[in-house]
Amino acid sequence: MMYDLIVIGGGPAGLSAAYEAYNRGIEKILILERDKELGGILNQCIHNGFGVHSFKEELTGPEYAGRYIEMLNSTHVDHKLDTMVLSISNGRDVKHVEAINTEEGYLSLETRAIILAMGCRERTRGAIQIPGERPSGVFTAGTAQRYVNMEGYMVGKKVVILGSGDIGLIMARRMTLEGAEVKACVELMPYSNGLNRNIVQCLDDYDIPLLLAHTITEIKGKQRLEAVVIQKVDENRNPIPGTEQTLECDTLLLSVGLIPENEITKNAGIALDRRTSGPIVNEAMETNVKGIFACGNVVHVHDLVDFVSEEGQKAGRSAAKFIKNELKEGQDVTEIKNGDRVNYTVPQQIRLENIMESQEIMFRVSNVFKDVNITVRNHEGELIKKLRRPVVAPGEMEKIKLTRADLEKANGLLTIALEEVI
Amino acid sequence: MYDVAIIGAGIVGASVARELSRYDLKVCLIEKENDVSEGATKANSAIVHAGYDPEEGTDMARLNVRGCHLTEVYTKELDVPYKKIGSLVVAFSEEEMEHVEMLFHRGNANGVPDQKILNREELLKMEPNIGDTAVGALYSPSAGIVGPWEFTIATTENAVVNGVELLLDTEVVDIKKEGDIFTIYTDNAELDPIQTKYIVNAAGIYSDAIMNMVGEQEFKIRPRRGQYFVLDKSQGELAHHVIFQCPTALGKGILVSPTVHGNLLVGPDAEDNVERDEIGTTKERMDYIRETADKSIKGINYRESIRNFAGLRAQSDRNDFIIEESKSVKGLVNLAGIKSPGLTSAPAIAEDAAEILKNIGLEMKKKEDFNPSRRQTHFMSLSPEEKAAKIKEDPKFGRIICRCENITEGEIVEAIHRPVGALTVDGIKRRVRPGMGRCQGGFCGPRVLEIISRELDLPLEDVMQDKNGSYILVGETKNRGEE
Repeated sequence: MMYDLIVIGGGPAGLSAAYEAYNRGIEKILILERDKELGGILNQCIHNGFGVHSFKEELTGPEYAGRYIEMLNSTHVDHKLDTMVLSISNGRDVKHVEAINTEEGYLSLETRAIILAMGCRERTRGAIQIPGERPSGVFTAGTAQRYVNMEGYMVGKKVVILGSGDIGLIMARRMTLEGAEVKACVELMPYSNGLNRNIVQCLDDYDIPLLLAHTITEIKGKQRLEAVVIQKVDENRNPIPGTEQTLECDTLLLSVGLIPENEITKNAGIALDRRTSGPIVNEAMETNVKGIFACGNVVHVHDLVDFVSEEGQKAGRSAAKFIKNELKEGQDVTEIKNGDRVNYTVPQQIRLENIMESQEIMFRVSNVFKDVNITVRNHEGELIKKLRRPVVAPGEMEKIKLTRADLEKANGLLTIALEEVI
Repeated sequence: MYDVAIIGAGIVGASVARELSRYDLKVCLIEKENDVSEGATKANSAIVHAGYDPEEGTDMARLNVRGCHLTEVYTKELDVPYKKIGSLVVAFSEEEMEHVEMLFHRGNANGVPDQKILNREELLKMEPNIGDTAVGALYSPSAGIVGPWEFTIATTENAVVNGVELLLDTEVVDIKKEGDIFTIYTDNAELDPIQTKYIVNAAGIYSDAIMNMVGEQEFKIRPRRGQYFVLDKSQGELAHHVIFQCPTALGKGILVSPTVHGNLLVGPDAEDNVERDEIGTTKERMDYIRETADKSIKGINYRESIRNFAGLRAQSDRNDFIIEESKSVKGLVNLAGIKSPGLTSAPAIAEDAAEILKNIGLEMKKKEDFNPSRRQTHFMSLSPEEKAAKIKEDPKFGRIICRCENITEGEIVEAIHRPVGALTVDGIKRRVRPGMGRCQGGFCGPRVLEIISRELDLPLEDVMQDKNGSYILVGETKNRGEE
C-alpha cells in the first residue's frame, strides 16, 4: 500500500500535523510512534499549564495529548505504536520508510510525503563536561521525570538541580512534593531560561534557592553521588577561584538544554542548520528535500507545546498542498540571515510564490536585552520593519510577522537583528 | 582444589583464563567487582599497538608484536569489534622527524610488519584534517582499534564455556601458603576459602597488594592517571587512523582515534602521584588534552562531546612488564605492571603465563573439545530479510530500546542470559551498547533497568548502574505506594 503521508513521531507535533493534513483532504495518513502510546513526552508531564493558547484552559500534559488523540480518533488517520523508524529515503516519485516493530517485523513502507516530528533529547553531563567522578545519581531532568511520573519510582532524596530550564524547575517542585529535599537550583547564566511562572510556582513557593551565575565544577562519589562542588562564575562564565562550596546530595538533575533529534534526518542527507541542530526549513516547513517536512522540537526547541502544535499544523497543511500538487517550487527564494544578537530563525528560507498574505518568522535572541528594536532589513540593508520591545530574553521565543508586501522588498535576503533604540 | 586461581578479570586475567581453558585443568578466575573488565581495561585508549614503541629486547616489545597479531585472530574467533586501521606517529618538526625514524628502525627490529615513513603530502592524503604543522609520520598498518571490554567479556565467556569458573563479587583479602598449596581468603561469605596449586596474579593496580599478602615486596605499582574525551559519531570521520604525536618520557602522548563504533576518542594525558581510587576527571587536564589534540587534528567540535572518563595505568617501578614466577613465593606467577601496550599484549602475555606454569611443574594436557568460537547477535548489521526472520523468531528483536545505537530488546535480553551475563545497566552497555550513544542512557536507561529487573527477577531498586552501591532508584513514589 502506498501512503500519502507518513508522520514520524506521535507527540504533539506529529499529532497536530496528521490531524491538519487529514482536514485538508488527505486520506492515507500513517503515524509511526516508537513508544507504546501516542502523546510523546507530554505523557510524563503530569503538571498542568498546557494548552493556555490552543484550548484557552490549563491542561496537564496527558490531557493535552488526549485532546488531539480524541480528535484523531474521529478520522481515518492510522498509527502504529512501538514502531521504530530505522531510515527514510527519497526516490523519484515515492519516498521509503524502513521501520520495525514486534508484531509486523520489518516494515518497508512507501509514501508520497513525510513529516519529521521526532522531537528532541536532553543535553547530558558529557555534553557539558562536568569534571569529577562518575557515580550513579546524575540524571537528566527528563529521565528523572519519567522515573517519577511514569514508573512511579523516586530517584533520590537530597537533590541539586543544574540549569533553570522549565523541566528543571518543574522537577524541583515534583521532587519536593515527593518528600525529597531540593537543596538548590544552580544556573550558569545571570538569568533563568525558564518561564517566570515556573520560577515562582516551583522554586519560590517552596523556598528553593535559585543560584544565578553559579555552576557545578566537580562531582564527587565512588558509587552513588555524594556531593557536588558549586562555584560562582564571572561575566565570561568562568568559575571564580575561592567561591567553591560543597553541597552534599545523592542526586543531581541536569536541565541544561535540549537538542533536536535528527539522526534519521542526517542519514537521509537532509541539510541541517548548525544553530538550531534541526533541518533547514522554508515557509512551508519543508526541508531541502521536496516532500519531506518537519515540525516541532525536531526543528527547533519550543517554549510551549501550544506553539509546537501550531507548527505541526503548518507542516500538515503544507504536506497536504504538496500531495495535491498545490505547493509551488518557487524561483524567488529569500534567505533569512541572523543579524546581531539573533541566534537563529525559523524558517531560514521563504519562497514568495507560496505566501498569500503574510509569514511569521520565529527567532531567538542571544542574551537578555532591555528596550531594543527588532529590525528586519533587506538585501541592501534598508529597514523593512521595526518593532520596539521593552525586554527580550533567550528563554522566550520571539516572533515577527511580515506581510507579502514586506517580503517583496527583500530582494533575496532578509536580516533580522536587535538594534539599539536611538 | 584448583590447579590455577587467577586473580583479576581484566583483559590480562581473562586472556590467561581462556588460554588455560585449552588444557585439562581446574581453573578459577577471581574478580572483586560485580562484572569483568572493571579496572584499567575499562578505561584506556582501546588501541592495538603495532609494536615500534617498546625498546628492542624487552618483554614489552616481543609481547606487543605477538599480541597485535593474536588480537586480530582472537577478535575474529570471539566476535569482538576490531578494525585494523593502522597508526600514524606524527612529527611536527624536523627534530621529531628524527625520532620518527628512530621508531621506524626500532619497529623493524621488533618485527613490526610493513611500516612506512610518510612525508607531509602522503600524510595529508591519508588524513586530510591533520594539523598544519605536521611534517611527516610513521605509518604502521598493522595497528588497530578494538572494543576493550567487549574483548574481555567475550574472552571470559569463552573461557567459562570451556570450563573456567568465574567468581564475581569476590575480593581477595588474604593468601596463605602451606606446603605447595595456597589458600585464598575472600570477602565472599558464600564461598569457602579457595585452595589452589598455582596462583596467577593479574590484579592490575592492586597486583602489588596481592603479592605482598603472601610474599616479599617485589615491586610497587604507581598508578598513572589518564583522561579522555569521547565524541559523538558526528566527529568520528575526522580521523581515519590512530594518530599519535611523538612520544615523551611520560608515555605515548595525546592521541586522536576513531573507535570501533565510529566515535572519536581524544586523550590521554599522564598524571603521576594519584591514589588507586582517583578516577575522576579535572578541568585543567581536560583543557590541556583539548589544546594538545588540536595540534594533531583540526576542527574537533567539543560541543559534540558525549562523555569524559579517566583510567589508571598499572605502571610499576620497573621499565618492563613483570611476567615471572615470584622470587619469594614458588607457584605464584606475577603478571604485573601491565601498562601500555598491555591491552594489545594481553593475548601474548597469556601464552607466556601458560609457558611459565608449565615450566614450574603444572601438568598441561590439551583438551580435545576446546571450543574457540563465540557469537552474538548484531541486529542492525543484518539484512532486511535477516532482520525480518530474526523478529519472527523472537519478537523482542522488533523493539528498539536504544535509539542512539539502535539496539533491540532481543539483544539486551541475550546479553543478560549469556554465560557471563550482564547484571547491571552498565554491564548491558558494555556488552551491547545502549547508553553508549549521545543521549547517554537518558531514553533507554529506564527501559534497560526494567528489562534487567524482569529478566533477573530483581526489584527495580536493586538494579545497579555499575559497581555495587551505584543504585539508581530509592523507592516508590507516594502515589504508587497508595495504588
